[in-house]
Amino acid sequence: MTTKPVISCRNVWKIFGAHPERYLAQMAEGKSFDQIREDGYIAGVKDVSLDVSKGEMLVIMGLSGSGKSTLVRCFSRLHEITGGSIEVDGQDIMSLTEKELIELRRNKMGMVFQSFGLLPHRTVLENVAFPLEMRGQDKHERRARALEVVKLVGLEGREDYFPRELSGGQQQRVGIARSLAIEPDIWFLDEPFSALDPLIRREMQDEFLRLQALLGKTIVFITHDFDEALRLADRIAIMKDGAVEQCDTPDQIVLRPATEYVRKFTEDIDKARVVHARVLATAETIGEGDPVDAKATVQDLARLLVQDTRDVIPVAKDGTVIGGMNRTEALEILLENG
Amino acid sequence: MAETTAQPELRTGQTLTRPRGALILVGVAIVLMLLQYAGLLPAALFRVPEAVVPNFAGWLDAIFNFVKDDLGLLKLTRFLTEILQAFLDTTANLLFGKRRWPSIGPIPWTAIAAVAGVIGYYLGGWTMALLAAGTFVWTALIGQWKIAMETMSVLVVAAPSAFLIGLGLGILAWRKPWVDAALKPILSVLQTLPFFTYLLPAVIFFKVGPTAGAVATTIYAIPPMILMTTLGLKKVSPEVVEAGNMSGCTRRQLLFHVYLPSARTEILVGVNQVIMLCLAMVVLTAFIGMPGLGAKLLAMMGSFKLGRSFEIGITIVLLAVMLDRMSKAWVVKQPEHFEKGTPWWKRHLTLCLAAGAFVFFVLVAQIIPEAGQLGRTQNFSMGKELDNLIKGFLDIGAVKATTGFLRAFVNVQILIPFRNFLLSIPTPALILLVAAFALWLGGRKQAIYATLFFSLVALSGWWDRSVITLYSVLSAVAIAMLLGLPIGIVAARTEKWSKRILLVCDTAQTFPSFVYLIPAIMLFGITDIAVIFSILIFAMVPLIRYTIEGLRTVPEEMTEAADMAGATRMQKLWKVQLPLALPTMAVGFNQAIMFAFFMVIIAAFIGTQDLGQELQRTLAGTDLGKNFVLGICVALMALTFDLTILKWANDQKKLLGLD
Ligand SMILES: Nc1ncnc2c1ncn2[C@@H]1O[C@H](COP(=O)(O)OP(=O)(O)OP(=O)(O)O)[C@@H](O)[C@H]1O
Ligand SMILES: [Mg+2]
Repeated sequence: MTTKPVISCRNVWKIFGAHPERYLAQMAEGKSFDQIREDGYIAGVKDVSLDVSKGEMLVIMGLSGSGKSTLVRCFSRLHEITGGSIEVDGQDIMSLTEKELIELRRNKMGMVFQSFGLLPHRTVLENVAFPLEMRGQDKHERRARALEVVKLVGLEGREDYFPRELSGGQQQRVGIARSLAIEPDIWFLDEPFSALDPLIRREMQDEFLRLQALLGKTIVFITHDFDEALRLADRIAIMKDGAVEQCDTPDQIVLRPATEYVRKFTEDIDKARVVHARVLATAETIGEGDPVDAKATVQDLARLLVQDTRDVIPVAKDGTVIGGMNRTEALEILLENG
Repeated sequence: MAETTAQPELRTGQTLTRPRGALILVGVAIVLMLLQYAGLLPAALFRVPEAVVPNFAGWLDAIFNFVKDDLGLLKLTRFLTEILQAFLDTTANLLFGKRRWPSIGPIPWTAIAAVAGVIGYYLGGWTMALLAAGTFVWTALIGQWKIAMETMSVLVVAAPSAFLIGLGLGILAWRKPWVDAALKPILSVLQTLPFFTYLLPAVIFFKVGPTAGAVATTIYAIPPMILMTTLGLKKVSPEVVEAGNMSGCTRRQLLFHVYLPSARTEILVGVNQVIMLCLAMVVLTAFIGMPGLGAKLLAMMGSFKLGRSFEIGITIVLLAVMLDRMSKAWVVKQPEHFEKGTPWWKRHLTLCLAAGAFVFFVLVAQIIPEAGQLGRTQNFSMGKELDNLIKGFLDIGAVKATTGFLRAFVNVQILIPFRNFLLSIPTPALILLVAAFALWLGGRKQAIYATLFFSLVALSGWWDRSVITLYSVLSAVAIAMLLGLPIGIVAARTEKWSKRILLVCDTAQTFPSFVYLIPAIMLFGITDIAVIFSILIFAMVPLIRYTIEGLRTVPEEMTEAADMAGATRMQKLWKVQLPLALPTMAVGFNQAIMFAFFMVIIAAFIGTQDLGQELQRTLAGTDLGKNFVLGICVALMALTFDLTILKWANDQKKLLGLD
């Protein structure tokens, strides 16, 4: 994952209020969220810098109102940012003309909305085919494609229903299908599975993982569900009051929380399920005997950790040993959450 | 107005000075009046002297002439007239067989009724089908097909024009803030200007007859369409718009595929209002010689043919109710989906049925001429018989005694003294009284507006007639309150009656105002009291309506709290429900006054000495300047009340936390 970032943002601000630009320009350095609010403004996104690489799945987490949706809207330029810069594929999106922006969205970006954003006067099929229609695709082609994805999200037989005739979960699947229809390179998913039952949710997660692995899609994914985040994330960004508190791999976030807030936020998670052998391995001492797989979590290794007597256990990735894992350290992680 | 004293504890310290200020104004006014009655007031202070009155009418005429001739507006409008004429000729040919292109009309009445029935069925099932088809069948059988179609031929041109122009302007106003800023004041003035002010310019710029009628009708119906369009577009959920953006919509695509379809409900409500206003206005264009239902009604009422007037009234009411119900049904009608493999004809059943019925009846009309057109004598009009019936009824001793008594007592003992009293007040004193009223209810800003507006009226040179107009409005609204409030209060007691009375009010509100003259003339002949009566029933509708709504929306826990405190029904009403309902009721009161100002001018047809009479007179000539001055006088007086009462209602709502 060392390729050039697909999305790269630097010091991005999004302030809501009467004259956000003017306010930001004269604002004193280091004002807190609450101080800004006292001035009558809301910092939806507060000085955020991060990169998303190609083929990566970045999961954004945070409490309600922490600015997750706002950040993603900045990435897709649904919001004009107040300060900073955002580059997509090396191009500053704030400098795009309207036409270029439309081209970018038609060909590269897709989004699933938190509250679906379905067009009320269009049937399921017409909603799904909408982006294709806007692109001017041939009627039969787009119908065939729409049918295909409608089937994929399990709404076969309801093609001619109107959104108001569907349950919340079904509506959400229409929204997912609509974004699937054009198979964009960059995907923004704002709590895309929140209304789905666990079974379908799992299927959908698998579908996105498959697409990501198969076609190298870049995905920015918002969720409130830690299990989901762990299943999907390459990296997790944790937001609070518009700012990103920490953006790192799940292992690092639970092992080395950057702030007190992140520590609290991740307190209840069973770390043993998150931390991988790979992360615990150091090159200093390699140890002896049979190696364990780098991709195994501490929990996977629980039995072995308890029964083994070695101090250091070798860790191997794809058959080659990359380092040694301190057994006591691993055991502590295992025991911490009981 | 006792209502403001009802809750002194709610008033804040700042408003304490307002009643005092008002009191001072009233005091000055009384001093002026006393001086006048003692004969000590100089004449110049009693009325604005003729010599001081600026020649507003002359100036306006000069401006109009400049715009008309020098700026070449007349050329433009004459050009527009040609286009409009072409459309109107086409619809006239189709609907009642005017000898014009495409020369295929008239369409058989049976075909129109059948198609209306099919559309009615599609929109609202069998009852609506019956209403739609029945209206046309009635019209044909009662012998009013031709005049009804004359009216319809203008309506079917004016309503779509108003819709398109309103939609376009609404989109512009929503998109461009400066258009919005420019349109807002124009719209609010347009909505208070009496319709008569639309009529004369229409005549001057667009010739007499259907074209002028169509223009006046169109302009009259545009404002609500603009408002509903912007309202609807603003309400589209932002996420739906974002979804459109992310789908790569261009601006055009966004407007046509996302915004407009999502604003469907509001736009259709706008369509309903456009249709209803068009109908109301198209009937009134009778005053500028537009043939049709209105003209016929005018003629019949003028010659006191009550039976025929009554029948025409029913036709107009039926048309209004039908158009209203159908367009409202369209608002709530949601698209339905069809199961897979539904054949084409089933998907478009309405279209097929309508086309089928149309063709069938056109063919039938070839064989049976009565199905195409009814002859002059082939109708079931009972005009004469009804006439006798009504006259007989009025001749019954008891009825005659009642109307006679009302006429004599109310007129002589109350109305005429009141009118004379108003006329006896010196101009500055009356202005002060109105200002006091505005200050007390509204505030300083409202008082300033009131003074300014009424001073302008005084300077217009039409003071006495304006006062008579005011007198008609005030007396009618006062009587309407005496009758309407108790009805509203009683009806609001039960859910069932509230619904019933509201339905009646809703229906009555769709009637073109003209219709209200019919019962007035029937009962009281052509007299002052008939004027008051017609205004009164027209104004009672909003009063009852808002009283019920105000009372019904009093939060349950408050009435329950009163119950628990052991309040009697009366106590509950006076101490809890009425104070809370007052702001809403004030809105109804305001609407009643606006309606009254509107109606007073139509009622001038009966013969009064107010502004309306003069206005109607200007229509006969080309006195554009005077027409405008008169219209603006009415608008200014109406606006004064509008600003003051609405301000009060809003203040109270805020105070009571009802908003
Ligand atoms: N258009 C807007 N105008 C003003 N304030 C806004 C706007 N959009 C968002 N905000 C504010 O920005 C903050 C962040 O909102 P955002 O929708 O990004 O939260 P979120 O993290 O997505 O929350 P949730 O989990 O509930 O979806 C909130 O305080 C919100 O009130
Ligand atoms: Mg959100």
